Amino acid sequence: MNRTVDVLVVGAGPAGLAAAARLAAAGAGRVEVLEREAAAGGVPRHCARPGFGADALGRPLDGPAYARRAVREALRAGAVVRTGVSATGWAGPLTLDVTAPTGLERIRARAVVLATGARERPRSARLVPGTRPAGVLTTGELQRMVARSGARREHVGRRAVVVGGDPVARGAVRTLRAAGVDVTAVVTGLPSPAVAFAGVPVLTGAVVTELLGRGRLTGVAVRGGDGRAAVLRCDTVVFTGDWIPDHELARARGLPLAPGARGPVTDHGFRTTEPGVFAVGNLLRGVEPALVAAGEGRTAAGAVLERLAGHPWPSAGVRVTAEGPLRWVTPGLVGAEAVPLLVRPERRLVRPVLTLAQDGTVLRRERLSGTLVPWRSVRLGAHWTHGVDLTGGRVTLDAEEAP
Amino acid sequence: MSVTRTGPLPTGEAAAYDVVVVGAGVVGSAIARALARHPLRIALVEAADDVGDGTSKANTAILHTGFDAAPGTLEARLVREGHRLLDGYAREAGIPVEPLGALLVAWNEEQRATLPRLREKAERNGHGTTRLLSATELAAREPHLGPGALAALDVPGESVICPWTTTLAYATQAVRSGVDLHLNCRVEKVRPGDPYHRLVTRRGVLRTRLLVNACGLHADAFDALVGREDFTVTPRRGQLLVFDKFARDLVRHILLPVPGPLGKGVLISPTVYGNVMLGPTAEDLDDKTATGTTAEGLAGLREQGGRILPALLDEEVTAVYAGLRAATGQEDYRIAAHPALRYVTVGGIRSTGLTASLAIAEHVLGLLADCGLDPGPARPLAPVRMPNLGEAFPRPYRDAGLIARDPEFGTIVCHCERVTRGEIRAALGSTIPPGGPDGLRRRTRARGGRCQGNHCGAEVRALFEERSRERGSRGEGTR
Repeated sequence: MNRTVDVLVVGAGPAGLAAAARLAAAGAGRVEVLEREAAAGGVPRHCARPGFGADALGRPLDGPAYARRAVREALRAGAVVRTGVSATGWAGPLTLDVTAPTGLERIRARAVVLATGARERPRSARLVPGTRPAGVLTTGELQRMVARSGARREHVGRRAVVVGGDPVARGAVRTLRAAGVDVTAVVTGLPSPAVAFAGVPVLTGAVVTELLGRGRLTGVAVRGGDGRAAVLRCDTVVFTGDWIPDHELARARGLPLAPGARGPVTDHGFRTTEPGVFAVGNLLRGVEPALVAAGEGRTAAGAVLERLAGHPWPSAGVRVTAEGPLRWVTPGLVGAEAVPLLVRPERRLVRPVLTLAQDGTVLRRERLSGTLVPWRSVRLGAHWTHGVDLTGGRVTLDAEEAP
Repeated sequence: MSVTRTGPLPTGEAAAYDVVVVGAGVVGSAIARALARHPLRIALVEAADDVGDGTSKANTAILHTGFDAAPGTLEARLVREGHRLLDGYAREAGIPVEPLGALLVAWNEEQRATLPRLREKAERNGHGTTRLLSATELAAREPHLGPGALAALDVPGESVICPWTTTLAYATQAVRSGVDLHLNCRVEKVRPGDPYHRLVTRRGVLRTRLLVNACGLHADAFDALVGREDFTVTPRRGQLLVFDKFARDLVRHILLPVPGPLGKGVLISPTVYGNVMLGPTAEDLDDKTATGTTAEGLAGLREQGGRILPALLDEEVTAVYAGLRAATGQEDYRIAAHPALRYVTVGGIRSTGLTASLAIAEHVLGLLADCGLDPGPARPLAPVRMPNLGEAFPRPYRDAGLIARDPEFGTIVCHCERVTRGEIRAALGSTIPPGGPDGLRRRTRARGGRCQGNHCGAEVRALFEERSRERGSRGEGTR
């Protein structure tokens, strides 16, 4: 079945739903959101903790409540949210092939917003050696298991080790404990963890060197920061953090990826290099808080409306890339307008000096007053990108710590 | 016909077989299938909880032409015949095969000098279509190769295949044609006798007139149970990395190393699922259960793979695994009939076993006749058509007619591999249902993609448990 819509949003997480809500409310016409999972709302659906803003009365929202509200707002604005529907590939420009229980569809849109999110790297992508037993999870799979089968240890395991030191690792520890699973240790490569783990021993500067056990996991071998090796007995290991964008549709269309971020490069309006195709949220670089992703969705909606109103697609701006100890910077394209940058370091940087340069010319150099940490992004104001030469070469952002 | 996984084995007449094949890998399953054409009572007995759970599940998934076999060996003949037979069978049974052809790439002068000799060897093995390629021709065929490739030998006909579907197709067809498959049934003792040998397993005793040892890595240990000590199996570990489907466009052929004095090197090959495989290592071990990967092994593979196809390393790794090949210190199979014992050993089936499996089965039928088996008239086997896991062939999630008949085939559960709930339900209800989530993965690809179950693991497990409960509540045993 071939159909045409005004805006097709792929992914009903915080970014996609926020874009759809804003677009539908602004009278963008038929705004359709495709969600491949059985329920809309995205990752927050499984995050039963506060930190998702507040409701109208100022009461803090947890993930599921936030997700419900985001879906409700998109629907109330007039967007169509379809669940259990998968966009499987491109049939041509602005046209997606879709598989649904009701059949195959080919949907053409005036604008496509990719909001396909990110996932944690599984054990294989982290190249962790050893056997391939059961009991090896990511936080995402753990949370889905608990959401589906209940927080019971017979569904998860008895003793777990959590790998990672980001806030998401704390989420994994909480989920495990709520299910009655003993958490033996948190193993993190960081010199100090991002958060406290409420009594769970934390091995810092440590790596998992091998998974042990046949059939079911029996333990993980760990090498500590001091070089000493140990085996932690457990039947479950949860690999947390280490995000990679779910960029399949972006790559299938040949959209260039930002190095480091591994998401499609966009400008500040979240326009990709392909006219009419936008990309928002964690697809751009891995995980940011839901509120940040939703803000991007709303910002993108403005640029989508311009597109629908017939504004020309801006010629691709100048590429911006992260260098040195910086993992990524977004947006990956800057145009005529000065725009703020979002930056994530590879490691902890104490009061670093950041340098933005183009073709060997320093555009701006500034010492940041705080400390950058690898689990949190920092925003650089729009004044940073004043003076970028649109006819010039690549713009680089680098950082160094003062001796 | 039946499949059992737990509980006591059948007794009395039901447990008196004409032939018992021990080991349900690709070779044992092929032998059971070949025997199933005849009016015989056959059992296929396996220690693990699934077919193809040893060497057959963790290999390089290549359907070889046998161009580089040692001319004149049994292996050379069976690989050549087996390739032809399996190519035809795959079409009939729906096993995905892609005839990509292979390139043996020379990276130094010594390797380049070897290529004409390999070409002569191929001709002696009956493969006259190989061709030497210059560096320019090679670069046109494989534009993503790293710098320094000097020349290549082009070997048309080398193909990639799904090893899991192959073993499962054989075993499924055998069971549908009347073979009893007993899983979780390790044979611990053999009491030779006349007219029946008695096989003592943890689940009871089986009687059989003739016995086939298709125990793969454990073929020497099984031989010892009947008092034979003809060879020793040394497990040779091969570690492999599987890269994300985004890497598939980087390579068009099976890139084989040129064998040399410094070992065999690694291959890079597309898989029928649309991934790219890098490996294997070759490590001689003592432990027949050492299927773990090692940091050194994986680092070495990445180092070698990065020289062959630099862009490969930018892609995510979706699976790391290791398999064990059955090396016996002889460059040939160790297939032998022992007529006095009414016993056939099928040992030393090296990495070519998948390719040769159908020819090995025919060969073993002949040896069983030498041991006194009168197979009786042949009849057609029950038909089998396997679900397609190959990217080059239609998949259910793109099949409008199938989805219209059953919307479950329009509901994608495993998004990375586009596996639908309809396919998972079909696998769970199939002739040889999976024993666990890993068996389900080999039958459907569910949880086998880039997220490794992050998105679908919970739902796949729930479907598996739902099916187990249904089976339990209907009072179905595992029979």
